[in-house]
Amino acid sequence: MSTTFWIIIAGAIATYLTRIGGHLVISRFDNIHPRVEAGLNAVPAAVLTTLVAPELLNAGPAEWAALVVTAVVSLRGGLMSMFLAGAAVLIIARQFVG
Amino acid sequence: MSAETLSENSLAGDFWSGVRLSMPVVVASAPFAVLFGALAVDNGFSVLEAFLMSALVFGGASQMVGIQLFGQHVAPWLIVLSIFAVNFRHVLYSAGIGRRIAHWPVVCQALGYFILTDPQYAVAEARAQSGQTVGFAWYLGLGLPVYVFWVIESALGAVFGKLIPDTHALGIDFLLPIYFLGLVMGFRKRPLWLPVVVASACASIIAYKTVGSPWHVSIGAVAGVLLAVILPPHHSGVGERP
Repeated sequence: MSTTFWIIIAGAIATYLTRIGGHLVISRFDNIHPRVEAGLNAVPAAVLTTLVAPELLNAGPAEWAALVVTAVVSLRGGLMSMFLAGAAVLIIARQFVG
Repeated sequence: MSAETLSENSLAGDFWSGVRLSMPVVVASAPFAVLFGALAVDNGFSVLEAFLMSALVFGGASQMVGIQLFGQHVAPWLIVLSIFAVNFRHVLYSAGIGRRIAHWPVVCQALGYFILTDPQYAVAEARAQSGQTVGFAWYLGLGLPVYVFWVIESALGAVFGKLIPDTHALGIDFLLPIYFLGLVMGFRKRPLWLPVVVASACASIIAYKTVGSPWHVSIGAVAGVLLAVILPPHHSGVGERP
């Protein structure tokens, strides 16, 4: 079996642990410490930001424009509309600046 | 009509009312499933591997993160850790939904947790809060269509993705950062969102320049989470909840 296969299996097990873990843990504790809960709440934004921010260093005008438009559209639209707006700007801008 | 057929009918009715509620999620996730398949192949996955990941992990953002890191030739354990980190919010979902489905048989509970995604949690929790029982048939009706379509569309995207000739002109290589920015913006109503984003962004960029990829992911993520832990709880809004 390939490395990719084992990454998928391990990722699936890790994901299932998160989906069942909260129930298994919470059924043993009465309450979660507020600081731990604050840390848990910060996880998605913290992880996802690290996947965007360094891309800014290698990006050019087309990529910057796409990200700015995505951020602006996000103030009004849902995930799908901001994604499509950002992608449209990226594709159009790349036809001109490459 | 016997009592048996009556209960079968009501189970089927529960199932289909769940299916109806699942339709917006099926429609909204379709483009991302196709996109995942295409990007997975673009980042070195086979069609079978893309299919397998959707079938076994079943978590859109974490799958995207996984293949993004895979394409950067990051160490396998860090890819798995990142999938774990992105899905870590599910710990809170399972902690919350546990008391709603405690009356199910254990096998049904085990399956219920497997298909526990963001919308699944949100809709089921809303039903419970309105005073209705979260039954297994209803819950399955809500989750199963999302799962089936997600897996099929991922495979279609993987097959179709190979046919895309110029990935740069079509922006395929930069779609993930746009998608991730969209996800980040989606969390903007959370307390401490801006400080966490700024801390993670600065830490990940500095780490990217100094320590190098892939460590910028872990270092940036730890910086943001630590900030939320260190700041007094009243800033995070956690203690204010009833």
